[in-house]
Amino acid sequence: MKKLAKWRLFSLLALMALILSGCGKPYLSTLQPAGEVAQRQYDLMQLSTIIMVGVIAVVTIIFLIVVFRFKRKDEQIPKQVEGSHKLEIIWTVIPILLLLVLAVPTVIETFRLADVSAMDEVNEDGKTDALVINVRANLYWWEFEYPNEEIVTSQELVVPTDQRVYFNLKASDVKHSFWIPSVGGKMDTNTDNINKFWLKFDSKGAEKANELFYGKCAELCGPSHALMDFKVRAVPSDEFDQWVASMQGIEEPIQPETALAQEGQELFNQSCIGCHAITPNNASPEAARVAPNLTDFGDRAYVAGILENNEENIKKWLADPETLKPGNKMSKTYGELTPEQIDALTAYLMELKVQE
Amino acid sequence: MSTYAQKKGFGATVWDYLTTVDHKKIAVLYLIAGGFFFVVGGLEAMFIRIQLAVPNSDFVSAGLYNQILTMHGTTMIFLAAMPLLFGFMNAIMPLQIGARDVAFPFINALGFWLFFFGGVFLNLSWFLGGAPDAGWTSYASLSLASEGHGIDFYLLGLQISGAGTLMGGINFLVTIINMRAPGMTYMRMPLFTWTTFVASALILFAFPPLTVGIFLLMFDRLFGSNFFVTAAGGNTIIWEHLFWIFGHPEVYILVLPAFGIFSEIIPVFSRKRLFGYSSMVFATVLIGFLGFMVWAHHMFTVGLGPIANAIFAVATMAIAVPTGIKIFNWLFTMWGGSIKFTTPMHYAVAFIPSFLMGGVTGVMLASAAADYQYHDTYFVVAHFHYVIVGGVVFAILAGTTFYWPKMFGTMLNETLGKITFWLFFIGFHLTFFIQHFLGLWGMPRRIFTFLEGQGLETGNFVSTVGAFFMAAATVVLVINIIITTVKNERVGNDPWGDGRTLEWAIPSPPPFYNFKQLPLVRGLDPLWIEKMEGKKGMTPAEPLGDIHMPNASFIPFVISFGLFVAAFGAMYRLDYGWGLPVLIIGLAITFGSMFLRSVKDDHGFHIHKEELIDEDDNKGVKA
Repeated sequence: MKKLAKWRLFSLLALMALILSGCGKPYLSTLQPAGEVAQRQYDLMQLSTIIMVGVIAVVTIIFLIVVFRFKRKDEQIPKQVEGSHKLEIIWTVIPILLLLVLAVPTVIETFRLADVSAMDEVNEDGKTDALVINVRANLYWWEFEYPNEEIVTSQELVVPTDQRVYFNLKASDVKHSFWIPSVGGKMDTNTDNINKFWLKFDSKGAEKANELFYGKCAELCGPSHALMDFKVRAVPSDEFDQWVASMQGIEEPIQPETALAQEGQELFNQSCIGCHAITPNNASPEAARVAPNLTDFGDRAYVAGILENNEENIKKWLADPETLKPGNKMSKTYGELTPEQIDALTAYLMELKVQE
Repeated sequence: MSTYAQKKGFGATVWDYLTTVDHKKIAVLYLIAGGFFFVVGGLEAMFIRIQLAVPNSDFVSAGLYNQILTMHGTTMIFLAAMPLLFGFMNAIMPLQIGARDVAFPFINALGFWLFFFGGVFLNLSWFLGGAPDAGWTSYASLSLASEGHGIDFYLLGLQISGAGTLMGGINFLVTIINMRAPGMTYMRMPLFTWTTFVASALILFAFPPLTVGIFLLMFDRLFGSNFFVTAAGGNTIIWEHLFWIFGHPEVYILVLPAFGIFSEIIPVFSRKRLFGYSSMVFATVLIGFLGFMVWAHHMFTVGLGPIANAIFAVATMAIAVPTGIKIFNWLFTMWGGSIKFTTPMHYAVAFIPSFLMGGVTGVMLASAAADYQYHDTYFVVAHFHYVIVGGVVFAILAGTTFYWPKMFGTMLNETLGKITFWLFFIGFHLTFFIQHFLGLWGMPRRIFTFLEGQGLETGNFVSTVGAFFMAAATVVLVINIIITTVKNERVGNDPWGDGRTLEWAIPSPPPFYNFKQLPLVRGLDPLWIEKMEGKKGMTPAEPLGDIHMPNASFIPFVISFGLFVAAFGAMYRLDYGWGLPVLIIGLAITFGSMFLRSVKDDHGFHIHKEELIDEDDNKGVKA
């Protein structure tokens, strides 16, 4: 039993140590909040953890006394106690009070995090002053539409720091869930309705995360659920405005410069363009946007949300997407590519940049 | 020993178990089948942990992993934990209330065979084109999109076994209400009987929503309806509600009997009556009641809005109060007691802090705004394994050692039992404690792999190491069972020496009629009362007389088998021509045998007074 007690104590200490050290990666961990929502949630976590560690401490003390003091030493029959009203009242009332301490901030925060009234305040142009982004989750990729700015991008969400960003969330095939752990809790993208919530990306937190947060799908959606990652580029608002402007400036597909890339463009236009748009225009209906928009593919940090964006990985992806993301909808939509074709397409894709 | 227990051939024994309506033999069947599925589910868990031991592992493929995780959850909940608890309920509850059997022995057998055929059907999916792969929750958009017949196996298998569970629950309710021995008032019932009673009531109200949900999804998949097809005006959120209106009470269906088992073990090995018995009963009923008010806390991120989320958050927190009452009552039962650390008591003592951990993370999860971070991450995985393994599996292991002598008449080896305990206890915390942090560090649940460079490597490796400890514990337990069975050293009525309740007043294993004369119950812990007054056993409440017993019947097996056949027909109806005829034949078998049962008068038989007296004499000669 001594071992048992030590074990309990050890795990308690480990719990405290881990919480104090705030482990995890700054671009992924909920314990390193990088925005108002995550911060509020982190505060709630801390409050509840403190209360709960207190409860555990009390129980542990009683537990240890019981286990060590009342071990059987002789064959005497102990006194048969029925109970104690006083004690019963104590351990009913104190937990109720503790729960109230947690329940009140919980209710307040639940309402605060659900406040999306800014999304309804429309100005004369029929647009909102607040930044709104429509998130559409698809089998293993994400689309981000900026309705006010009238642009679309995929896989890499670009947002300004230090201001509230509002989201409309939905799924186009099966249910997914939109989650950027270090910036705020998740919300489901349903097939039935549009969910709304907001997040705020902290500039300091973004700095710590190298301006790139990891986003995840948090609802089982099929074989590649684990690989349905996206990235969030959180940049200062002037940089964000620049990005929007340069995206809006793309009315015609970007013209590649090298011969190899031009060859790639031709190939792309013969087949890939059927699914992948290369202009950011959001005029085409959602049903027609069946694959990630690739307008600024060359600017993105990752291929398919999971592989670092470099020549080698693009080639790997083009040659065999099925192995990299099992069950994705791109596999088998095109025939076997020759190494030359892959080289050309890769060169083309790498030149799809809207920013210097 | 009576003529009834004479050595029989293997075939005769099998036939005996196929046709039995005796609650003790049905308990053994539940234990064997549940134990088998527990091992299957455990193997699936090992595959999961091996796959996640290192990043980018290709031990199993993405699609197969989803099948394994779905079957692990479904098997452990429906085919392992519940049947094992049903085993104990069947074996012990009638003895605790001084009954000769459950109220409906025939239905009892039917319930088992329905569960068994449902479970076998579900697991046959492994060999017939792939197992279900939409998680044990089987959310509608994904399960409708799932190709192949995996989800159909899930729907039909659970429908059949669920019917069995519902029957079992009703049977226990009626038994407890009607068949208590003279003097056994409600407030004298042992806590395990009380928790069986409340859990059965939960089954009665929780399983119909699941049945309805499964029917709707089955119609969508097999008969072209559109209940959950969004494009045709259906709504998938309804499935989530139906599932969790069942799913949350299900947690209490599992954990209340676990509480019951510990509430029996702790007083016995502390030699002290349960502290605050009436508040324990009250807390049990309150947990059962509140269990129905909180289902939407599984859906905080679905977008129900802040009002619903806030209400369900506060309601969920409220459950912590009665649960806390229980924890303190167990501690104060031991306080001032004389604690003997047997194997069952090891589990009971370890259960308190382990379950407490699961309880407090439950309160943390109840905080809706914070739950947006925890939801669908490994934090939740850690939480519910702390509750279900730290609570239910500990209770099953404790119950197995505690009630083994009563069920089989032999004692499991204590040394091996303690080795199992320590391996399992260490492995359990090693596996699941770190998972809280994996979740907080950003690891979603149900992922078949994780990429490097996200800080998840060490935690996952530690977790996998822990899983191997638990596997080793299970192997030691199996060895223990085999050794004990081979040795076959018989024990008496009260092998633990400090039994307090009625089951310890009769032989181990009990004769098939349990009580020669129904006992007179004079208070809580009736056997203890008699012992303290220096008596050896219970005072009978009736003169020795004829005992009316039910006849064995093969019909429950056939009814269940018919549904098993029909399920294949329903599933393959659209693929093959033979589907529809098989569906009809299966239903004909089921309804035909039900009809047969209805028209055939079966009055059972009587054990005559003289035989019971003879038996006493025989015993005297043998001893």
